[in-house]
Amino acid sequence: MSRSLLRTISIPIAAVVFGLVIGAILILTQNASPGTAYKALLVGGAGDSDAVLRTLQKATPLIFGGLAVAFAFKAGMFNIGGQGQLLVGAVFAAGVGFGIDGLPLVIHLPVALLAGGIAGAVWGGIAGTLKATTGAHEVIVTIMLNFVAGNLTDWLAANPWKDNSGSNIVARTPLVEDSAVIPTFGAVPVGFLLAVITAITCWMILERTTFGFEVKSVGNNRHAADYAGIRVGRIMALTMAVAGLLAGLGGAVESLGVDGRFEAGVNVGLGFEGITIALLARANPLGVVPAALLVGLMEAGAARMQFKAGVAPELIDVIQALILFFVAAPIILRWVLRMRHDASEQLQLGAGWGRS
Amino acid sequence: MNEESLIGLFVAMVSFGALLYLAALGELIAEKAGILNLGVEGMMAIGAVTAFIAGAELNNPWIALLIAMIAGAILATVHGLFTVGLGAEQVVSGLALTILGLGLAAYLGKDYVGRTPGAELVPVDWGALSDLPWVGPILFAQAPLVYIAILFGVTAAFVLGKTRVGLALRAAGESASSADSAGHSVFKVRLAAVAAGGALAGASGAYLTLTLTPQWAEGLTAGRGWIAVALVIFGAWRPGRVGLGALLFGGTLALKTRLQTFGVDFSPIILSMLPYILTLFILVLISIQARKRPSPSPAGLGLAYRREER
Repeated sequence: MSRSLLRTISIPIAAVVFGLVIGAILILTQNASPGTAYKALLVGGAGDSDAVLRTLQKATPLIFGGLAVAFAFKAGMFNIGGQGQLLVGAVFAAGVGFGIDGLPLVIHLPVALLAGGIAGAVWGGIAGTLKATTGAHEVIVTIMLNFVAGNLTDWLAANPWKDNSGSNIVARTPLVEDSAVIPTFGAVPVGFLLAVITAITCWMILERTTFGFEVKSVGNNRHAADYAGIRVGRIMALTMAVAGLLAGLGGAVESLGVDGRFEAGVNVGLGFEGITIALLARANPLGVVPAALLVGLMEAGAARMQFKAGVAPELIDVIQALILFFVAAPIILRWVLRMRHDASEQLQLGAGWGRS
Repeated sequence: MNEESLIGLFVAMVSFGALLYLAALGELIAEKAGILNLGVEGMMAIGAVTAFIAGAELNNPWIALLIAMIAGAILATVHGLFTVGLGAEQVVSGLALTILGLGLAAYLGKDYVGRTPGAELVPVDWGALSDLPWVGPILFAQAPLVYIAILFGVTAAFVLGKTRVGLALRAAGESASSADSAGHSVFKVRLAAVAAGGALAGASGAYLTLTLTPQWAEGLTAGRGWIAVALVIFGAWRPGRVGLGALLFGGTLALKTRLQTFGVDFSPIILSMLPYILTLFILVLISIQARKRPSPSPAGLGLAYRREER
């Protein structure tokens, strides 16, 4: 392992360790045993093949959501719209999944996934295009589009695409056709593999293609990129469309691989968690995978931790918050680890907030 | 559309507007000092839950409000210590604060879900003023926090624009090193601004559980903290314009719940999306207008300040 890689990952790893240590102290204050609690968390998230499946299923949309945020970060944009992009992706994938029948799996499943991805890309692309053409701040636009997506998808699931079988009164679509269901190989859902491949693809695009270079140039210095002849507006619009595509795919995988349908209210919060994942991964697409696995494991094991050790599941939120605080302030970890200060390690995402 | 339901719409517009204004004003104060705090949603949730718990246990709405403001300020101080004291990345730390606040609120409020409120802040009766046509119900029969929000807004505009304290605060946000050279403690000024912002977000949360929906449930804040963050950009970091923006957003929120009572035959889907689409439309118009001018955001917003780098 190269020294620079070691340095890059030392901060997030130290942050996780510190978060867990302070979490242990909090568990003690609840008169519970940290050892029992963390063991239950680990067993609940990775103890047997069911637990592993749960963790991988939880991690899958987090990877897509994390990539959606990380990719936009690379162009210097803050995509808070992962939630909305994921929702439209989930509902349109489900729509194609149950609305068409008689297709073989090799055609139906990719088409349904693509429908979700395109819906997300359109949703993200709106924010990017508005930013590029009018200067409208992507943070406000994506937040508003989240609400619009929430209402639109709720309405679709409650009206034209509602599941009218039996006495169903829930706002949800019918189950998708078998030919649109993402299969599972043993304990590894194919959706998870797809997520990992997508993460590697994102890294390749950013590091090995002209488009990726242009995206990063816009992110580093918009004016310099403009001066160098890069069409900044076009890159910003495209970047947000790609970000939306990633989140939309995440929603599609949820509908086709986990839930088997779209149900209103089920996917709430997933897009928001993508921001946490992207930050924990320091906006590196490859880092998104382990970050999502870690958070997925904690969420998969939280129920068992509550059951076995009597620890409130909200502790997981608190530990996640603590980890983020430490990621935000690497200076604390550096004091303890006696590491040299390296300015390049410090993220400065807030700089330029509110500027178009 | 009858007169009564139209008045009802305006009453709700002012009421929702005040809710958003309290939180947005707090964010504005922190950002003016150079600290971006994306933890508004978490601070609102903490304010909401502590106000409800204090109301249920102590049966006094004013003490409940005070406790909510203190709780909001304490939570904000965590963000302040990380960002101001340790130079933490403000976006990340703020998001951590949102997660922390929402998780903590869910934990604290567990035993209070579905309970009847122990204290409420009910609309004020201004006597003859409240009986005036139109103006009476819209302006003179609102809950106390509406008037408190207006009072805070006027005070903030005055302090920021006309006093030495305000000058020090703006200096910390525009150019921390100049503020430091002028003898102001950037550390203290920024920390105080963040804490004050947290107190206002806490008050906004308290408004939810003491007046608007006097109940506690997880997810009660429903993204309104994020609207407050957006409002500051929308209002170009000016207390008055943020206030107008809050009224506008409040109006769209009110419209959503009331249009049907007017007998307007909108499809419910268009109705529910209307506030957000309307906001987008206005934002785009404002953005096109503002493009030619320099950005109104504080120059040092989001940047950590370390003395040795002066």
